[in-house]
Amino acid sequence: MSRPEAEDVEVELFIRALQLRHGYDFSQYTRASFKRRVQNLVSSHGFATIGDLTARVLRDDAFLAPLVAGLSVPVSEMFRNPSVFQALRQEVFPLLASYPHLNVWQAGCAFGEEVYSLAILLEEAGLYDRTQIYATDFNDAALGRAQEGIFPLREARTYSENYLAAGGSGSLADYYHARYEHIKLDERLKRNITFANHNLVADGVFCEPHLILCRNVLIYFTDTLQNRVLGLFRDSLIRGGFLCLGNKETLDFAPVAKDFTAINQRARIFRLAARG
Amino acid sequence: MNAALSQVVALGCSAGGLQALRVVLGGLRPDFPAAVIVVSHTGSEDVEMLVSLLASHSKLKVVEATERRLLLSGTVHVAPSGYHLYVERDQRFSLSVDPKVCFVRPAIDVLFKSAADVFGARLAAVVMTGANDDGALGLQAVRAKGGYAIVQDPLDAQAAVMPAAALRVAGADVICPLGEIAAALNAWCA
Repeated sequence: MSRPEAEDVEVELFIRALQLRHGYDFSQYTRASFKRRVQNLVSSHGFATIGDLTARVLRDDAFLAPLVAGLSVPVSEMFRNPSVFQALRQEVFPLLASYPHLNVWQAGCAFGEEVYSLAILLEEAGLYDRTQIYATDFNDAALGRAQEGIFPLREARTYSENYLAAGGSGSLADYYHARYEHIKLDERLKRNITFANHNLVADGVFCEPHLILCRNVLIYFTDTLQNRVLGLFRDSLIRGGFLCLGNKETLDFAPVAKDFTAINQRARIFRLAARG
Repeated sequence: MNAALSQVVALGCSAGGLQALRVVLGGLRPDFPAAVIVVSHTGSEDVEMLVSLLASHSKLKVVEATERRLLLSGTVHVAPSGYHLYVERDQRFSLSVDPKVCFVRPAIDVLFKSAADVFGARLAAVVMTGANDDGALGLQAVRAKGGYAIVQDPLDAQAAVMPAAALRVAGADVICPLGEIAAALNAWCA
């Protein structure tokens, strides 16, 4: 192959600078989408090159937060892929119902769309009062937004349709108030949600969950990091616990695949073997 | 590192794209050696349906482009809906749910740019019928890296906006009606 393009070298130097100076390790992110996000940051902040962006983040600590926010990917919607939530409700919740106490971990919660979706479904299944949901992300700005539970009003229609398609038993409007151009989710939904910073790249086993929801996060990771994170999920889950991944994500390439059984392959719901 | 693919074709289309894809894929010769990648905004939510529909009009194998799978020569890879599709340096696909580009996801621009980065002059990119500007900046990137650009003649396209935008922003090596695109690709791959 020919020598690398200057911009690809700049991406590697940017990653190295973030790691050395700030302790954030993006080295195991798939490069194509990461590069695109870095290029977007360069243009949205008016820099000429990725090198200029690197120089800024080395010397200006206040710039780190907006940078990290731009590098993480908080794009979701409530009840995204409704059939997945329906599968959770119909195939997983009945099995969870036998436990006196439930821990649910949503890893990579972005702005909280799916956390609140889960809370609503658990409420309707009569399980929420004995459930503790841990919603984690490495992006503090996203966590702050998730904690507020405020979403644009223009999304409400899609969310409502998704909710009904997911088998919701009432109307989504029962769970929010519309104000100005936003909807604010009912405070009561937050009563059993703990928002916490957890970085899948660096942090360890977490909270002995009965169910882990981690959708459209692994697609950003290289094989190495996917394997690490899936290992972390296996080691965190209780025996017989459930793992729900994104619709295009798979365990096929991972060493932990042998420890899981697909409950619903289409919805990407897997169950950890009773003995691991 | 996998053996480098010698040639890759990326096809982008939107409104009217299904018919365009049938014509182009149907016209590729049976031993077409390149890996083919398709981004079509008209694909239904159900990519499997689009895959089987295109398979029935193609002599080449048609599969969904799935994350971390290698691009295969002589195979058509179709982008799933709801995700941007990228090619990585190791010639495998990756996906993202990053924000829409040109109001669409998958965006043709996203695929074209990442494929141009990896394949340079070994890439041919085709912009066909469509009603928005997606693909124009991507085609510009393809040409900047030495790739080969084919644009459907806007006068021949069911929706002219997309090929017209591509020509305005990027220009092309070949401008031709839909019925001649497959022949141009067959010749490029000869």
